[in-house]
Amino acid sequence: MPNSVPPSTSQKLSLWRRLTDWGATGFAILAAVLVIVPLMAIFVYLLIKGIGSVNLAFLTQTPKPPGELGGGMANGIIGTGLILLVASGLGIPLGIGSGIYLAEYGRNRFGDMIRFTADVLNGVPSIVVGITVYSLIVVRQKHFSAFSGGVALGIMMIPTVARATEEMLLMVPNVVREAAFGLGIPRWRTTLSITLRTASAGVITGCMLAFARVAGETAPLLFTAFGNQFWNLKLNQPTAALSLQVFTYAISPYDDWHKQAWAGALILILLIVGAVAAVRIVTSRGTLKGA
Amino acid sequence: MRSRFQQGLDDLKERLLRMGGLAEQAIDRATEAYRTRDSKFCQMVLAGETAINDAEREIDELALDLLAMQQPMAVDLRFILAVLKINADLERVGDQAVNIAQRVLDLISEPEIPLPVDIPRMADGVSTMVQRALESFLDGKAEVAEAVLQMDSIVDRMKDEAFVVLVQKMHDDPACTRQALDVLLIARSLERIADHATNIAEDVIFWVRGADVRHGGAHYRE
Amino acid sequence: MGVGIEVRGLKAWYGKNESLHGIDMSVPANHVTAVIGPSGCGKSTFVRCLNRMHETIPEAYAEGSVKVGEMDVYGGGSDPVEVRRRIGMVFQKPNPFPTMSIFDNVAAGLKLNGFRNRKQIAELVERSLKLAALWEEVKDSLHKKSGASLSGGQQQRLCIARALAVEPEVLLMDEPASALDPISTSKIEELIFQLKQHYTVVIVTHNMQQAARVAELTGFFLMGNLIEYDKTEKIFTTPADKRTEDYVTGRFG
Repeated sequence: MPNSVPPSTSQKLSLWRRLTDWGATGFAILAAVLVIVPLMAIFVYLLIKGIGSVNLAFLTQTPKPPGELGGGMANGIIGTGLILLVASGLGIPLGIGSGIYLAEYGRNRFGDMIRFTADVLNGVPSIVVGITVYSLIVVRQKHFSAFSGGVALGIMMIPTVARATEEMLLMVPNVVREAAFGLGIPRWRTTLSITLRTASAGVITGCMLAFARVAGETAPLLFTAFGNQFWNLKLNQPTAALSLQVFTYAISPYDDWHKQAWAGALILILLIVGAVAAVRIVTSRGTLKGA
Repeated sequence: MRSRFQQGLDDLKERLLRMGGLAEQAIDRATEAYRTRDSKFCQMVLAGETAINDAEREIDELALDLLAMQQPMAVDLRFILAVLKINADLERVGDQAVNIAQRVLDLISEPEIPLPVDIPRMADGVSTMVQRALESFLDGKAEVAEAVLQMDSIVDRMKDEAFVVLVQKMHDDPACTRQALDVLLIARSLERIADHATNIAEDVIFWVRGADVRHGGAHYRE
Repeated sequence: MGVGIEVRGLKAWYGKNESLHGIDMSVPANHVTAVIGPSGCGKSTFVRCLNRMHETIPEAYAEGSVKVGEMDVYGGGSDPVEVRRRIGMVFQKPNPFPTMSIFDNVAAGLKLNGFRNRKQIAELVERSLKLAALWEEVKDSLHKKSGASLSGGQQQRLCIARALAVEPEVLLMDEPASALDPISTSKIEELIFQLKQHYTVVIVTHNMQQAARVAELTGFFLMGNLIEYDKTEKIFTTPADKRTEDYVTGRFG
């Protein structure tokens, strides 16, 4: 504080400053709490409602016909896995590829168009994506399939993955690329082995975000995977999915099915969290000291 | 930082010129002492030596600081090097003036004997050389410095002639050996001062042109 | 061993802006040549034209003749990627690849250009780190520590090792020590002095004392032109051109 300010004024100023500092910090903490609370509430509620119905039968059996008690959602768990595999196989490579184009080669009008298209695609309602894939694939093939379900979800993954990839690649300082060029490494190799590798943590996060988002989608699967009471591992047959099962059971009139719906929702959440955590653990094993 | 450095360079130049003035003054006083046989001029020369020595020390210090702190290059570096050398030469000039004053004191204590050597004329020539050399430094003019180099041979010849005459005199008239020796030594001191003036001129040429003209050209010592 | 560089009529543009106006310069083999000049004079542009890095900037191009040994850098069949393989470059800010270990950093140039022989790669990595005076400090943590975990001076030596690993004939250095502290700087300068036995070094520097310390030849650039090019002692004691003198005495720039 400058000496020219009289002590009492400087004390008042300092008190005011400290108060506003605490106020702002308190507000930030409050905001964080307000965000976490509903998330925790949902999770705890799911846990309470659903844990009772999660048992070995639930995890290993297919649904029993309506009216009969028991049965499970094992086929839904497997089916979700299958569909997500297809979705990731489509969404992640295309998303990363587009992201690479946008970051490294697309600083122009065409790139801006692609960016705009991706943002729009991001906002398309999931049911519209489902209907579109229905008319493009299901109608042509004349049957529902896990494949078409995967395509629908994959399409929804692309914008998120592409934008995340682009952002992370742009954050890699240009001097890193220059270092690679200076060594006589061609541009494409630099992008894949150096730039992408440097941005990998962020790109993986982007993929995980996209994955988590589509894992729980129900509407796109309504007209594509369609659902199935029985086991199915073939990509060109209708397939069960956890989200579809939860939907079907939740709007049914059966109490037993309601309980199973809660259990299904809980399992779905746990599977998503588990998948993300597993990826995090596996990728962090590879990082070095100080990186 | 350039302006601070420039101030340092200007300060160095001013001090060196002031020291040069003291040296010129010492020569003039010693000459006057010889001409008038008045010991007060000798005393002034002897008393003035401290000031010259102090100036030499201060200039050396300032130059060292500038070299260390400012990392001078090219012309600035040559300038500071020239200043250091001229500094040493001027201090020697001061010493020679003191030598002359001491010889004059000795002459004054002996009976006056007319000797066929024109010391005052030689001293004027030498004094002019020192003056022109310092002028060339003040103005940074290499041509003026070159003119000084030309004058050295004249003074050398004067000294040689004086030597011949005085040796002859000592041979012919042993009674005045002491006075003759004193005058001989005075002539030698004057010739030395001329050499220092020449050095100063060479240093100026080095500073201005970057050319080392020592030990060569028309001024090679015979 | 290093090779000499012959530059004739080199011009460079950023878009429509001509930033180098026809440079002629002969850089002798196994010497250190410094390029000095005020900001914006074109010294960095010049050096980047030697290994065709200049054209990696959008809308930038160069023309003229640059011969590095037998290689005609701008010749008809010349491939910029190949040129950059034969001419190494070290940048102003140390830029090790962030997610790679020390070993992988040095080996990057080799591995990413198709080199497969593991034993040879390991040998080259060791040799390069020794040449860069970094081996003793990192030999026990080659695979464990990342390149980015080293100190600034060590990172720059790592970048030098990385550039040397691909066995270039010429090493270009763009203000290699300007981001470093005095002790690291003097280590780098010492290193440059050693390197000239095996390589031809061209170093851009805005620090005249550094040019005076490490380089045998110095070229003074001003506004896209090479004003004076001579032995370093001459440039710094008795420069021939007044503009050179004004620059080295600090009257501008």
